[in-house]
Amino acid sequence: MEYLETKGRIFDIQRYSIHDGTGIRTIVFLKGCVLRCRWCCNPESQEYGIQTMMVQGKPKIIGRDVTVREVMETVEKDRPYYRRSGGGLTLSGGESLCQPLFARDLLHAAKAIGIPTALESMACAKYEVIESILPYLDQYLMDIKHMNPQKHKEFTGRSNELMLENARRVAASGQTELIIRVPVIPTFNDTPEEIREIARFADKLPGVRRIHLLPYHRLGQDKYDGLGRDYLMKDILPPTNEHMDMLKRVVQENSRLICQIGG
Amino acid sequence: MQVRRNIECAGTGGCPGSRMEEGMERFYTQEIPKTDRIPKLVEHLFAKMPEIESARAVLLTESYQETEGQPIVMRRAKAFAHILDNIPIIIRDGELVVGSTTIAPRGCQTYPEFSFEWLEAEFDTVEHRTADPFYISEKTKEDLRKVHKYWKGKTTSELATSYMAPETLKAMEHNMFTPGNYFYNGVGHVTVKYEKVLEIGYRGIINEAKELLDQCNFGDGDYATRSRFLQAVIISCEAVIRYANRYALLAAQMAQKEKDPARKAELAQIAKNCSRVPENGATSFWEACQSFWFVQQLLQIESSGHSISPGRFDQYMYPYYKADLDKGVITRSDAQELIDCIWVKLNDLNKCRDAASAEGFAGYSLFQNLIVGGQNKEGLDVTNDLSFMCISASAHVFLPQPSLSIRVWNGSPQALLLKAASLTRTGIGLPAYYNDEVIIPSLMSRGLTLQDAREYNIIGCVEPQKAGKTEGWHDAAFYNMCRPLEVVFESGYDKGEFIGVATKPVEEMTSFEEFYDAYKAQMNYFISLLVNADNSIDVAHATLCPLPFESCMVDDCMKRGKSLQEGGAVYNFTGPQGFGVANMADALYAVKTLVFDEKKVTMAELKRALKLNFGKGLDDVSVGDMAIGIIRGMQAQGIAVGNEDVAKVVAQIRSMDISEADKKRFGEILEMIDQVPKFGNDDEVVDAFARDVAYTYTKPLQYYKNPRGGMFQAGLYPVSANVPLGAQTGATPDGRLAHTPVADGVSPSAGKDVHGPTAAANSVARLDHGIASNGTLFNQKFHPTALSGEKGLDNFVALIRSYFDQKGSHMQFNVVSRETLLDAQAHPENYKHLVVRVAGYSALFTTLSKSLQDDIIRRTEQGWK
Repeated sequence: MEYLETKGRIFDIQRYSIHDGTGIRTIVFLKGCVLRCRWCCNPESQEYGIQTMMVQGKPKIIGRDVTVREVMETVEKDRPYYRRSGGGLTLSGGESLCQPLFARDLLHAAKAIGIPTALESMACAKYEVIESILPYLDQYLMDIKHMNPQKHKEFTGRSNELMLENARRVAASGQTELIIRVPVIPTFNDTPEEIREIARFADKLPGVRRIHLLPYHRLGQDKYDGLGRDYLMKDILPPTNEHMDMLKRVVQENSRLICQIGG
Repeated sequence: MQVRRNIECAGTGGCPGSRMEEGMERFYTQEIPKTDRIPKLVEHLFAKMPEIESARAVLLTESYQETEGQPIVMRRAKAFAHILDNIPIIIRDGELVVGSTTIAPRGCQTYPEFSFEWLEAEFDTVEHRTADPFYISEKTKEDLRKVHKYWKGKTTSELATSYMAPETLKAMEHNMFTPGNYFYNGVGHVTVKYEKVLEIGYRGIINEAKELLDQCNFGDGDYATRSRFLQAVIISCEAVIRYANRYALLAAQMAQKEKDPARKAELAQIAKNCSRVPENGATSFWEACQSFWFVQQLLQIESSGHSISPGRFDQYMYPYYKADLDKGVITRSDAQELIDCIWVKLNDLNKCRDAASAEGFAGYSLFQNLIVGGQNKEGLDVTNDLSFMCISASAHVFLPQPSLSIRVWNGSPQALLLKAASLTRTGIGLPAYYNDEVIIPSLMSRGLTLQDAREYNIIGCVEPQKAGKTEGWHDAAFYNMCRPLEVVFESGYDKGEFIGVATKPVEEMTSFEEFYDAYKAQMNYFISLLVNADNSIDVAHATLCPLPFESCMVDDCMKRGKSLQEGGAVYNFTGPQGFGVANMADALYAVKTLVFDEKKVTMAELKRALKLNFGKGLDDVSVGDMAIGIIRGMQAQGIAVGNEDVAKVVAQIRSMDISEADKKRFGEILEMIDQVPKFGNDDEVVDAFARDVAYTYTKPLQYYKNPRGGMFQAGLYPVSANVPLGAQTGATPDGRLAHTPVADGVSPSAGKDVHGPTAAANSVARLDHGIASNGTLFNQKFHPTALSGEKGLDNFVALIRSYFDQKGSHMQFNVVSRETLLDAQAHPENYKHLVVRVAGYSALFTTLSKSLQDDIIRRTEQGWK
């Protein structure tokens, strides 16, 4: 049971989450990310270091170091809801894979007591890291943001080759249910062509049945102010419902995937 | 018609996302659209402000004047008959089920035999008050003034007052509790044996009464009362039959004149129905609907009680529906339309309460609770087609009545819960969800048999009972758990007057146990006074207002030859409801933590902070209370106090300056209180504390008896009184400011639960819901996005089931966005039909007072971040 003592850094635990994985879930947000997506709605997740963010005029410390055991005490509280809904633990971030041992041991601890697991991640890590967590992972909600390496790099800070390769390998492993998620960001990837490319790629991944189109929202904007950072997407409006419906049709016409809007 | 039959996963969990599958035929779940008739009926009903009519009061008084000196039960029956023979009747446009208590839609009659003085005092304000206004014509005022002269000194409220101990009256003056409901009105709060009337009709009941009368021996000790009671039953039932025949005649006359052939045929059928039922057993679903309606309506003419609850409508109506469907004489669409018509009619009944009570029961609500689903006496699930159609009916009419409820247990069909959830999602606040797995054992612990407990339904807001066997007095008083704590801080005094128990000055207390014991001592004392108040009122009802018509439909009144009011029911209870559990849990825990454990605040400081409302300003009520306290103190010292002295004291309090140092310290104290963990956040230590605090109300109460031979049992729910009664409560140590609302039911204090709906539900489930056998009430508010899509409904149902797995008893929801409610406050004209969940019931949002609207908006909204 050594895995219970593994330490890591989180910035939030959110219970009753119903938009990230099956059923009613508890999301643990791990701190630190390799990407710097311009639209990121959790900018406080990006730095691994502990930060102070102004929230409604008051300073708030973002980030705390905890053991797996401590996190599981909270996760365990909603077991009755997981049992009824098929929900469980979801790791999110940040990019959880930046804290590979902690992420692995959290998932391990949940599986060891019969709680279903999910991971929301860009798969931006060495495959060995991903491989180490797959035995404990029921559902992998993997972001694929763009098929074009240059544009990917321009908007997120990193090229996409590693992530696409990891997507192929995770799918090929057959060890987890892989679901592809696409944040739909105007000016970045919201054209039918761009979405079609992602859908075609996802469709070829063995075993993948579902794709989620997540419309861009601006709920994270205040956090940029709170961190003293500029929000580069100020003038971008969220996509309309009609536009999202159109993109959903594009996915359906170009793949056999089950497509849903939102998580 | 496309018929799709469904069955769902067995509902034992572990089947997330599974949808209904074609297969075994159990019940019809598909949506049946509403007909054009329904919106027209609704529109007609809401065209005008409700109106007060005088016919009943006048007829009642005429009869009483002729029956002076006769046995009271006979006088009641004769008055009931005189009313039914003469009260104006009307068939509204397009109605399929007829019977209206007033000519004006949603109008009300008055009931001077219970109380009348408040109405006369409010004649000129009732039309313009914020909560539940009623129009009243000058003619009606004049009629009522005339008959009220007769009633002076003859009402139940006057007799009850004369039975009460002086200590009780004083505690009531100080707003320690409010037994206003039955003090000023009839009792209601009953579910009668509708199935018996549907089956044998009132002719059958009359025959039973006659047989029982024949069996009486002149020499029996109780011959006098028994024989008169049975005769009163016969008089009442005969009157009901004549009343239905008046409708039959009216319908026939209207049919004759009617030009539209379709309506002509309807009226002709209505005439046939009314001449057949409720005199005889129903032979069709339509007749059953008409028969049901006369029972429901006439119970409310006999007495002014509210919460007369149809109960398990889907069960007792089913045989008539099934028979007609099998015979092919009715379509599902026909049946749905009839049910929809009944739903509209349930909103046609109304009641005018005094201004203060109207705040506590806001929204013109009659709390006619109708429940679907659940088990039969053998423990089998008995969900049927009608269970689904009842839910559809609420969606069709989109009105607050009936208070639709649903029974949930481990064997409840998932399809039924999903159907219910889809109604919840509309934002109507219906249905409320009840947990068989808690309620059945809870009722058994109060003496119900297993079979009876399995057949429970809900009365009014949240109160479980066995239909046709119970006189439950379910809504017997509001008991504000915060007030005894205020009295602890004043060592038994309130506003300068000694009203409680002489507990030690709080500054001298050295341990939390001592403080908590003082709270319990005050609680116990005021609970005993509450019992005294309720029992006095109980005796007054038995003496002056026995109800033979109601009693003939509840066992064992006929066999015992006694009315319900005199103890004729099989099960007798009195259920006064406590509220403010969350405030007291948080308050006592804060005192324990800050004063005794951590010693960060002294008791003297806290006492002063509370008195001065944490330095947040004193409103007129606080100034008035303080002034009364000071003046009483002066008088106690023998000082004569004149008007100018009073003015001086008030001026002094108003000009009192709280020093900057004090203000700063009070601010610090509030901040520290804020940091102490609060109930509702899944903190096991605080939650265990809350459980114990709830016991300070629920445990002592169960040892008291009522005059009908039954016991007291606690409920933990507030109706909507947490707002007006909060306005009578000073600042409390949980950081709640003076005269703001207290927490509703067993819910956490508004805005104090910050870890989402599962954490709040876990906390609330840690209270002992079983001992609060008169019901508990847990409100949650969701943003509509939380229920979107099929997945949203699945997760929502899972949330309910999970709370119930942990032994929560009741759950209800508001699914309206904060923005919508704020907009409705600003532009009420655009939201005439916005229905929200208030407490154990739904009401039209725009009819609620501003403060109650604010309270609903303030409830923590659970959604996603």
